[in-house]
Amino acid sequence: MDLSYSAEDLAFRDEVRTFIRDSLPTHIRDKVAAQQHLSKDDYVTWQKLLHGRGWMAPHWPKEWGGCDWSPVQRHIFDEELNFGNTPRIMPFGTKMLAPVLLKFGTEAQKQRFLPRILSSEDWWCQGYSEPGAGSDLAGLKTRAERRGDHYVVTGQKTWTTLAQYADWMFVLVRTDPGAKKQEGISFILMDMRSKGVSVRPIRTIDGSAEINDVFLDEVEVPVENLVGEENKGWTCAKYLLGHERSGIAGIAHSKKMLEKLRRVAAEETIGGRPLIEHGPFRDKIARIEVELMALEYTNLRALANETRGAMPGPEPSILKVRGTEIQQAITELFVEAAGPYALPFLPEALEGGANVEPVGPDGAAAFAPTYLNWRKTSIYGGSNEIQKNIVSKILLRA
Amino acid sequence: MDFGLSEQQQLLRDSIERFVQDEYAFDARRKIVASEEGLSRDHWRTFAELGLLALPFAEDEGGIGGDGVDTMVVMEAFGKGLVVEPFLPTVILCGSLLKLAATAEQRAGLLPGIIDGETLLAFAHGERRARHDLGHVEAKAARSGDGFVLDAAKSVVLGAPSATQFIVSARTAAGISLFLVPADAAGLSVRPYLTIDGQRAGEVTLAGVTVGAEALLGPDGGALPLIERAVDIATAAVCAEAVGCMQATFERTRDYLNTREQFGTKIGNFQALQHALVDMFVELEQSRSMAIVAAVHAGSDDDAARRRAISAAKVQIGKSGRIIGQTAVQLHGGMGMTDEMQVGHYFKRLTAIEQSFGDSDHHLARFQGG
Repeated sequence: MDLSYSAEDLAFRDEVRTFIRDSLPTHIRDKVAAQQHLSKDDYVTWQKLLHGRGWMAPHWPKEWGGCDWSPVQRHIFDEELNFGNTPRIMPFGTKMLAPVLLKFGTEAQKQRFLPRILSSEDWWCQGYSEPGAGSDLAGLKTRAERRGDHYVVTGQKTWTTLAQYADWMFVLVRTDPGAKKQEGISFILMDMRSKGVSVRPIRTIDGSAEINDVFLDEVEVPVENLVGEENKGWTCAKYLLGHERSGIAGIAHSKKMLEKLRRVAAEETIGGRPLIEHGPFRDKIARIEVELMALEYTNLRALANETRGAMPGPEPSILKVRGTEIQQAITELFVEAAGPYALPFLPEALEGGANVEPVGPDGAAAFAPTYLNWRKTSIYGGSNEIQKNIVSKILLRA
Repeated sequence: MDFGLSEQQQLLRDSIERFVQDEYAFDARRKIVASEEGLSRDHWRTFAELGLLALPFAEDEGGIGGDGVDTMVVMEAFGKGLVVEPFLPTVILCGSLLKLAATAEQRAGLLPGIIDGETLLAFAHGERRARHDLGHVEAKAARSGDGFVLDAAKSVVLGAPSATQFIVSARTAAGISLFLVPADAAGLSVRPYLTIDGQRAGEVTLAGVTVGAEALLGPDGGALPLIERAVDIATAAVCAEAVGCMQATFERTRDYLNTREQFGTKIGNFQALQHALVDMFVELEQSRSMAIVAAVHAGSDDDAARRRAISAAKVQIGKSGRIIGQTAVQLHGGMGMTDEMQVGHYFKRLTAIEQSFGDSDHHLARFQGG
């Protein structure tokens, strides 16, 4: 066994680090570091820079623009992106839709959509959940009726992240209302500018509006936008969710946030001494750090298995559950570190370029909203309860 | 032992619960939170009519002589409604300071206005480096003739934007002292803001504010023990408020499990969720017990017993509030994340309470005599 980086790995890390340092615009980096809201333009600007370097979707097959990196290199890349305070690469196109298209899409669909995901010409969103279909995703009711060479789609999707920016949405629809529930579902691609699509923002408890209801009223979708076979969409849906989970652990992001937490705790004082030297608080950080270190190596082991061609077992769900628990624990400690100074609600301080006098530590205005907002992580992408159901089925079958 | 409420306390509880039910529904509250002032003057008048603004004061001074249990009854009901009017800073926190420290003359000058609802108060005490330490006061009060000149930067002062009168802590040559300062005093300014839980607070700056000798509240240099006692009373009050929030959160979550269907059945039929609901209930019961202990000890002169009781309650409420708030959001799924559901608002108030008057670590140390 060898748990250290090779010389090539270290050289690779320097290459990534240098690229980020030299190309990421300062105003975007500062916004990310301050946990401020990013505009669509901020995301797209960065993604186009990555695309220019050939690094927009490293995990894709090389012939479609992927990088053929080792698991360790992908891990290093992810870490450098986070520590470099880059906007996160939107997962909807690269990590969610693309694997489905690569596995189930026609050649024409791949040719049409994959390059535009890489170049950030198309912004995708996910049309999965409905008001009556959350954890029970297969209970979805959005209806797609075939009329000639079109589907006519009517229904409602919800929790659709950043639908307000999206050009396209991949949608699960019911094409056979008579079939057993998993068997009448299809996976289709919908142009968000189609007639009959309307987007309504949902305000969340942190005061932001990144998620939406998407109402579909007799929206026409060409039959050529069906992915895979009609009524076999559940296979695509499950395949996508498996891919979504592994990225959701957010290990590098948590490492970065722990480092930031230490900086905040070094600035704050308790009884005239730095908070970071206060035993009870220091222990809480250390406990999370140990947990995160374990998860990092669990993740690396899972990646190594994947490279050897082993079928993924319960790992994606484990990573999702524990990764989100760690993320949430960290956001909670930020609130604790700021103490009473976390209480002011200063939404204007969360906008880029804002010049708002801070109350308490620098950036404290983001701490409570982030804590509140991060409660979503144990709910989305298949709630942690659902993940545990998945794992227990695998374990008990063994 | 008797855990029952007196007949009078039951009447008090019923009248406030009726008020909350009739006047403090979710949408009505939302409008108040979004209003310019962030409070309802009509509701404040109702509080005056119900005698709530007179609650802790002596009967011979126009008050109704309520004790810690009366406060608990009011605050628990306020917790259920997530009431945002500045009852806590005006009546509980500053009211207690006045009871503990004011001369008969000072009380005669201020209490009638408080009881009528004309005077709103805020305790300008916390500072940037104070965190949860009540004894950390950098503000200065320099002797000037008969009076004092105050220079202070006070942080996250609850109720500051609406206060007509401040009680300000500052150091004289003798030590930490309290001063009565009208909000319109020259040199006093407030930077107002909303807090995460829909209340109002502000940064309060005093730059060379001149006050007379009569502004000194309590002994020159001897304010810290009084502050500690008043804050203990306020801490017991927010513990009761938290129980009201937890009770309402628990009930809404239970109802949701009994209503929401997935996989062709009520989600309350899933054992994982049943157990999570039971965990919430256990936390609620533990917190209710400790809120009662805190209420009974809140006004005690026995410092050691009072500190132990109040800090134990705050530790329990901190843990329970976190578990109940987080679990309620989780069990509501995506709905729990939305601004449209009240559980998220209870969660925010519970989060704010944990960071008010000392967090769990602070009180755990204090419970052990630290």
